[in-house]
Amino acid sequence: MILDHLPALQVVLPLISAPVIVLVRRSRFAWLMAVAVSWVAAAIAVMLAIRVADAGVISYALGNWQPPWGIEYRVDPLSAFVLVLVAGTAAIVAPFSRISVVAELPREQEYLLYAMFCLCLAGLLGITITGDVFNLFVFLEISSLSTYVMVALGQKRQALAAAYRYLIMGTIAATFYVIGIGMLYLMTGTLNMADLSVRLADVTDVRPILAAFAFITVGIGLKLALFPLHQWLPNAYTFAPSAVTAFLGATATKVSIYVLLRFYFTVFGTTLLFRAMPTDQVLMLLSLLGAVTASLVAVFQKDIKRMFAYSSVGQVGYITLGISLANTSGLTAAVVHLLNHAVTKGAIFILIAGITLRTGGASGFDRLKGIGSRMPFTSFGIVIGGLSLIGVPGTAGFVSKWYLVLGAIQRGEWIVAAVVLASSLIAAAYVWKFVETAYLTKPDESSVKAGEAPLPMLAFAWFMVVLCVFLGLDTSLSVGGARAAADFLLGGLR
Amino acid sequence: MTSLLAHPTTALFLGAVLVAILKGQARSVAALVAPLLALWLVWQVPEGIVWQTHFLGVEITPFAVDRLSRLFATIFSIMVFSGALFSLNQTSRLELPAAFVYAGSAIGVTFARDLVTVFLFWELMAIGSTLVIWSAGTRRSYAASMRYLMVHLTGGVLLLIGVTAFIAETGQATFGAMTPHSVGTWFILAAFLVNAGAPPLSAWLPDAYPEASWSGTVFLSAFTTKTAVYALLRGFPGAEILVFVGLFMVFYGILYALLENDMRRILSYSIVNQVGFMVTGIGIGTEMALNGAAAHAFAHIMYKALLLMSAGSVFYVTGKRKCTDLGGIFRTMPLTAICGIVGALAISAFPLTSGFISKSMIAQAAADRHMTVAWLLLAAASAGVFLHAGIKFPWFVFFQKDSGLRPPEPPLNMRIAMILLSVVCVGLGVFYEPLYHILPYATDYRPYTADHVVTQLQLLLFAGLAFFVMLGWLRRTLTISLDFDWFYRRLGPALVRIAEAVIEAGRAAVRTAVFDTMRAVGAWLVARHRPDALLARTWSTSGMALGVMLILLAYLVGFYVL
Repeated sequence: MILDHLPALQVVLPLISAPVIVLVRRSRFAWLMAVAVSWVAAAIAVMLAIRVADAGVISYALGNWQPPWGIEYRVDPLSAFVLVLVAGTAAIVAPFSRISVVAELPREQEYLLYAMFCLCLAGLLGITITGDVFNLFVFLEISSLSTYVMVALGQKRQALAAAYRYLIMGTIAATFYVIGIGMLYLMTGTLNMADLSVRLADVTDVRPILAAFAFITVGIGLKLALFPLHQWLPNAYTFAPSAVTAFLGATATKVSIYVLLRFYFTVFGTTLLFRAMPTDQVLMLLSLLGAVTASLVAVFQKDIKRMFAYSSVGQVGYITLGISLANTSGLTAAVVHLLNHAVTKGAIFILIAGITLRTGGASGFDRLKGIGSRMPFTSFGIVIGGLSLIGVPGTAGFVSKWYLVLGAIQRGEWIVAAVVLASSLIAAAYVWKFVETAYLTKPDESSVKAGEAPLPMLAFAWFMVVLCVFLGLDTSLSVGGARAAADFLLGGLR
Repeated sequence: MTSLLAHPTTALFLGAVLVAILKGQARSVAALVAPLLALWLVWQVPEGIVWQTHFLGVEITPFAVDRLSRLFATIFSIMVFSGALFSLNQTSRLELPAAFVYAGSAIGVTFARDLVTVFLFWELMAIGSTLVIWSAGTRRSYAASMRYLMVHLTGGVLLLIGVTAFIAETGQATFGAMTPHSVGTWFILAAFLVNAGAPPLSAWLPDAYPEASWSGTVFLSAFTTKTAVYALLRGFPGAEILVFVGLFMVFYGILYALLENDMRRILSYSIVNQVGFMVTGIGIGTEMALNGAAAHAFAHIMYKALLLMSAGSVFYVTGKRKCTDLGGIFRTMPLTAICGIVGALAISAFPLTSGFISKSMIAQAAADRHMTVAWLLLAAASAGVFLHAGIKFPWFVFFQKDSGLRPPEPPLNMRIAMILLSVVCVGLGVFYEPLYHILPYATDYRPYTADHVVTQLQLLLFAGLAFFVMLGWLRRTLTISLDFDWFYRRLGPALVRIAEAVIEAGRAAVRTAVFDTMRAVGAWLVARHRPDALLARTWSTSGMALGVMLILLAYLVGFYVL
């Protein structure tokens, strides 16, 4: 009985835990609640994924109002994949977060951070699971608003400015999105995704649809940090509390990419005009520019958090590039890189959280000299994560890169394949920068003094690091799931 | 999966770990046992496919054995052993583990029967060899290792594009004989040739190898280029373009080696030259030619390692590397000198040495296919090899003028390593049957016919005569204490000087053009991506919002127009 309501529980549990945390106001309780909720959410996500793999798409009518009138929750291979990704990351970040939160935040703000964490989780899971475009907007706002608060809780003064910028940009994005779906509603009279895709195929007056498409693309492009709409991201990631960066870095942009996939392939996919427009070429160009530019910018950064934040923009470029290729290999690359990059960046940002714990919040490269001998496990973990960002064989990043290049070649885009591989060499340059600072520079008086990060933190980070290597060697689960999702998406296109 | 325990690469990788963590005697034992274990495993595993699996959606065969792979794995294992023996008193703790990873990956390539595994080991090999260069610990070696890594990462990019394209074209990843006719195979061929030291990127080899430590160069000389030779043997036998590439390499190596002053750089150019012989053989593509290329790779690894050990020993005890700084040290280093001469004779294909029984197969194959021009060029090149490696190296390092140096012989383990390889070089020249027996194709070739021996001796004698003529004349000039450079300028006065001028001018022009462009592009990129540049600085909120509006506008206008 209760198993039938898993899709609703997936979202509702984190959602109601937030007000409970605010009511109790005890930081320890808040933390325990966040851990419990994220673990349960992860368990539910895994169960849903198994059920989808066994029995196909799950459609759940919320409040028993049948779609397309009521809100439909839909779990298909793609959303199941993303649900596991988001809830899984939360389940890893939540337990260790206490260590870094206690160190970074004043005690009276701690419970707030956990409340926002639960809300953000609810929002991200909701975006992923819902089959209703307006409901998606609501969850988008929930996750965005809670994210602004979490970024603003960062203890540096710039955190407020970063949160403010993110808020303005995020609001513009949400507005664009809602204008877009407004137009779609105008033309079709429905908000259900599946229904939209059926009805859009019959719409003859295409101009409003095109406008809707433009608004939604730009709005979602902002949220997923598509170059050149990424300007909010580096500061938000740099100045947010470290645990928040680890969580957002692994999930926030990924969920927005999921929304883009949904709209491109499920909602607009059936319309002929979508295929007549050069949308894929535009996306491809922006993705390549983003991958190259952001990676180059990362090379010259003086702060490790900021460097990896820019690297995230570049990696998002690879994912959207896979989407723009629009063939099985390209989409497999995009979906599998959602996971691979989340695992890689999750590991890196958790390890950086450990570093900032020891430096008292600083993350500039001048403080990291000789860190290789002071924090050997942390440094080595970052190096392995870095290898995965480069796409060195044997790491998760290589698998993504492989399918991306394969997809580009299958489409005959030789230049794209070459640029992807060349830009991965730029990644080598910024990872090398860390290696040089950590291992080849002598520690001086400004370097980190204390030893390794606390064991629990290190353990969770290394779990991710090992996963990062495992996903590079055994691809049956990751690529299997991604391929199923890719086939599913392309099935909607045919 | 358990069959991977029987993979020789596993033995070497484990050896790398042990050598990295152990100290003292235990480390030496591990360093010597691991290669021997690998060699034993090479001959324990039965022929055929040992392990197959699926990766990245294609069937891969990381572990399969046949005659060709066994031949190369054998020589690679022997080479790691002698290299490890030679480098036991290397103070760098990084070099030997890196060399084991490097050699293990090379062996991994020889047992891989699919392109994905080849690529994986190819990249690992690049990293291992870079670390070997790096571990010399000098500023120059660091810079050289970075340049080296750049070239090999580029090669890796070519290979990855090639492999993915090949899979996209054919739907499978088997690594067997291919012909360069599709985009994928061309890229793969290009990547193999980069590692072989073929033009236009040949320069990475003589640039990087001499910057490694006295023992590091010995390892480097063996694996990268010869793995490429192996890959070409398996992948592109009979690809005609290789004949031209190979002949170009042969003469490129000779010319530059004649102009060079650094003893280990001379030998590095000579690697390009020797690999050129093998590549030519692969391009000729008959069974005889392929056998010759394989046998020559086998013999070459031995005598080139011997030459570099001899040069490395000199470098180790004197700290000097330039021919002009050396000379006359045969008095105190007779053993090193003798071993160096044995290596020099072998590389010159002197009868009764390993070079004789292998190189002649390639020339014979060219003759059999009536490739007259190729045959003549190969014959001329043989004389050139004698000049630059056979005489020039031992003469200027060990004899020549008296430099006043009185260095002692190197330590015992280094002497043993050199004696071992000298014995192998002569042994293979006399008892060549075992080597012929393990070649990829059955052969009944007889190297020691009266005709062949006489021809080769004539060739060498005339080349030697040319040198002796100049030698006598050199002795006279030495009395008026003329500098070494003077001799250089008189050696084939017009030819060499013109060649030098033309090549240097051409190279300088290309280098300036390429470097200037690269520098300009680099400066332009840096200017745009520095933290305070437009692309990297934090934009104001209104600026960001404006940007978003512009993009939306672009989309809307774009859609309207279309």
